[in-house]
Amino acid sequence: MNTPRDSVMSLDIHALSGAYAVDGVDDIERAQFERHLSGCASCRAEVDGLRETATMMAETCLQSAPVTLRARVLTAAATTRPLPPVVSGGLARHPRRRVATLVAAAAAALIALGGAGASVWHPWDQSRPGLSAAQSVANASDAQRFEHALSSTDGKVTVIRSKSLNEAIISTEGLPRLTEDQVYELWLLHDGRKVQAGLIDGDATNVILDGDPAHASGAAITIERAGGSEVPQGSLVAQIDFAQA
Amino acid sequence: MSRIQPVPAGTPDGVPAAPGEVMAQLLKRSAKGDQEAFASLYDTTSSRLFGLAVRVVRDPAQAEEVTQEVFLEIWRTASRFDPERGSALSWLLTICHRKAVDRVRSAEAASRRDSNYHQQNQTIDHDTTADAAQASMEAARVRTALKSLTDVQREALELAYFGGYTHTEVAGILNLPVGTAKTRIRDGLIRLRDKMGVAS
Repeated sequence: MNTPRDSVMSLDIHALSGAYAVDGVDDIERAQFERHLSGCASCRAEVDGLRETATMMAETCLQSAPVTLRARVLTAAATTRPLPPVVSGGLARHPRRRVATLVAAAAAALIALGGAGASVWHPWDQSRPGLSAAQSVANASDAQRFEHALSSTDGKVTVIRSKSLNEAIISTEGLPRLTEDQVYELWLLHDGRKVQAGLIDGDATNVILDGDPAHASGAAITIERAGGSEVPQGSLVAQIDFAQA
Repeated sequence: MSRIQPVPAGTPDGVPAAPGEVMAQLLKRSAKGDQEAFASLYDTTSSRLFGLAVRVVRDPAQAEEVTQEVFLEIWRTASRFDPERGSALSWLLTICHRKAVDRVRSAEAASRRDSNYHQQNQTIDHDTTADAAQASMEAARVRTALKSLTDVQREALELAYFGGYTHTEVAGILNLPVGTAKTRIRDGLIRLRDKMGVAS
């Protein structure tokens, strides 16, 4: 069935709250609705309550897990580090995005990632569009890839930018661990100024940069006090020049 | 907002379900790397998570893989749990449900998406996949509450939640106009919420 999706979405976006709470949405609807949620407190509250309700339905299908699963789970946990807490005011930024172009690209490049190359998703993460958004940047026909080796470790920073989508994603390896009162702040460079583009608390994969990467001359990472800063004050970890491509 | 307080009915392992606050504490301790707390969390929730996974994914081997991925995700991201937003159990099962739905959609591609498939398989009794001995008091309460929904609300909700269908696919399966299914799902959930006493 072909629906004029954009007009339907704008008329009754709130009505998706029930379907969303039970994952009854496709990737595009999920991305659009999560974007809506980041700015709609009443929908967030409703979704929270409907999720609690949906959870109760799981009581009707209890089934013992296979006995051998326990050891596998606990062994895997023993060799994995729990992620540190998100710093307050960090990842919950409200990105300014061109919804139309991103949605069109997501429709063209809908790929189930299955966890590979994806940033962390958890039930209350409304700060980012769906997983397919990051993949659509990487798959864009005008995708540009920039790499920067970190001087302090063997790590590196990679930025992939698509001017046509006006989106950029950043991935890092080997960022030094921070103390609890520090955060890595991301920046886009415009006319020599650094403009806030997000926060990460350590190594990250395919984090979408906030703002206007198509018109930026580069990207940078600095270490700031927890919560970030409006202007860079801390030490520069990496700076990438987009003119090199 | 009132949280889910699981009735301490016996799980198949004979371990009583942890009350909500205890579960939140186990999750909080897991976030700090406490493997013993995580093992307790596993013991009190594995039959709920695996049960949901196998109900959605159908194939027990894949359900086992999904459950393992879910618990690892829980271990890794436990610090993201915010007790202000909801119960620990809801947080766990929301992660589980999302992964199970992602798996069944990618694994079963074309054949299941055909709405005819569901109609041909109407006679599958999902209850037979669950161990009969595990009918907890809470499950009985939920089943009773589900009966208070209209048939369409209940079917739409179950197709979405247990079937992993999008609301658009649910509309196709139930022969509803496009856009109607999401309303039925929402109405059904609201009714269920009110019946079960979850504060709005």
